Amino acid sequence: MDRGRYKIFLGMAAGVGKTYRMLQEGRAEAAAGRDVAIGYLEPHKRQETSDQARGLEVVPRRHVTYRDVGVEEMDLPALLARAPELALIDELAHTNPPGLEHQKRYEDIADVLAAGVDVFSTVNVQHLESLNDQVAELTGVRVRETVPDSVLGTADEVVLIDLTPEALVARLRAGKIYPGENIDAALDNFFRIENLAALREVSLRQVAEEVESKRLTLEVEEQLGTREEERVAAEVPQAVGERLLALVRPAPSSQRLVRRAWRSAQRLGTDLDLLWVKPPGKPIEGEVERQVTALRQLASVLGATLLIEEHDDLVAAAARVVRERGITYLMVGESLPRRGLARLREPLPQRLMNATPAGVDVRIVAHRGGREEGG
Amino acid sequence: MIEHVLVGIALLLGLFGGYLIASSRWRGKRSERPQAVHQILLPFTGTEISRRAVDAALRLARAEDATLMPAYLAAVSKQLPLDCAIPSEAAKAMSMLEAIEQRATTQGVPVDARIERGRSYRHALRRLLEEERFDRVVVPATSAGHTGLSGEDMVWLLQRAPAEVLILRPGPEDHRIVAARSERGTPLRLIPS
Repeated sequence: MDRGRYKIFLGMAAGVGKTYRMLQEGRAEAAAGRDVAIGYLEPHKRQETSDQARGLEVVPRRHVTYRDVGVEEMDLPALLARAPELALIDELAHTNPPGLEHQKRYEDIADVLAAGVDVFSTVNVQHLESLNDQVAELTGVRVRETVPDSVLGTADEVVLIDLTPEALVARLRAGKIYPGENIDAALDNFFRIENLAALREVSLRQVAEEVESKRLTLEVEEQLGTREEERVAAEVPQAVGERLLALVRPAPSSQRLVRRAWRSAQRLGTDLDLLWVKPPGKPIEGEVERQVTALRQLASVLGATLLIEEHDDLVAAAARVVRERGITYLMVGESLPRRGLARLREPLPQRLMNATPAGVDVRIVAHRGGREEGG
Repeated sequence: MIEHVLVGIALLLGLFGGYLIASSRWRGKRSERPQAVHQILLPFTGTEISRRAVDAALRLARAEDATLMPAYLAAVSKQLPLDCAIPSEAAKAMSMLEAIEQRATTQGVPVDARIERGRSYRHALRRLLEEERFDRVVVPATSAGHTGLSGEDMVWLLQRAPAEVLILRPGPEDHRIVAARSERGTPLRLIPS
């Protein structure tokens, strides 16, 4: 049996209209003659949403008792038995109470899809596992119900339901999202314009990345044909990814290099490693210790990894790290003025280019201030 | 006779080469020596900082041959670990630190920037004061509309900071703006206080 088609309506926050849009499209499918049923709907007492659901068949919920409290849950067996052509299932990040078939609703949905039923579902961006920390940092609110990002990857279509923060706040003020008594609290907390603007950006980026990822996979699938090659195609989005390494030293000037490297990493959507090749036998103490601590803290703030390798050959150590960590982009600070016999050697970037695998780019970040010594 | 001259020349060349190597190593060692800490702390929050405070800190740093340490204070939500990565705060901090560093460079003042996390701005400042040593702390007093340290934070700083504290009162006379732009497109400014 062919797997059903999966469409996810993604939003930046409650109230943008995900469920409304899902129902609207479900109604259009029903009007076109398809067999559509609502597997689970959470209208949140919103009149506009309830109006959209009117006329669509609803698979009755099942009553479950959890910790002496009765809750209404989606009836997965009943939905599978009903087997519509298209099922509308709201809130895919929902956690089921113990005792049901699965712990999470997205797992229920996987069963429905496996049964050959098409599914429309909804989720907010803060529920995505990889974005959970980022959204908590942006908004100060941590969402406990998360779903793996791969769930989004399994969807055939991801539709972003976009609304400007101002329009969403206007909807909130008009009582279209929460009842009157909760509006002020919502405006003071989660629904602040700056929070919503940040969430909107995260949502837009997420969908853009999904589109890019799918495009890359499709492009390669078109060029390749066999099953073995298709598996290669599935790995393409990772394979074409960049990975950055910045060569630092315990000196204030390295902070600028780290800032530049981090910004590049952000733009490329990749991780950043920092490497200090420490001369052997030299203890980390005094000013060096202070600067290493500062670098470590900066790395922690940025979510970068600080590596300290003890080696007497900077180039050899860097080349090894490049190979081991699959680095594609190497950033170095401007070299110190070379003195004495060092003048006879090839410049550091050239030596790095020669020592690292072909395809690794080397970029030099200039000092802004005067030349520094040490390191 | 010629042999003696050649030996003499060889000796001279050897001595000169030895001198070059020794002096290059000595220069290297000298640069690695810990230097006395002469630091001026300039803590700030958000995406704005008083331009007068930056200039005052730079003037002091230049006069005292000190390093300026602009420090972005980030308040981390209680729902997150204190040592977690804070990329969106970092993005704001980066642009501000770049702007301050640019200004410092034009005046020849060395900069050693920091981003410090805390549960509140004051907590971040306390952590910074515990980790680093300063000779001076320059703080702009908060004026209307500007985010920053509160009056209570100032009092706390005066009582606790193991350094001289210079609090600059808001002044309306300087209206020039130095602008930077964050990754997110938010305008960041060094504003007149």
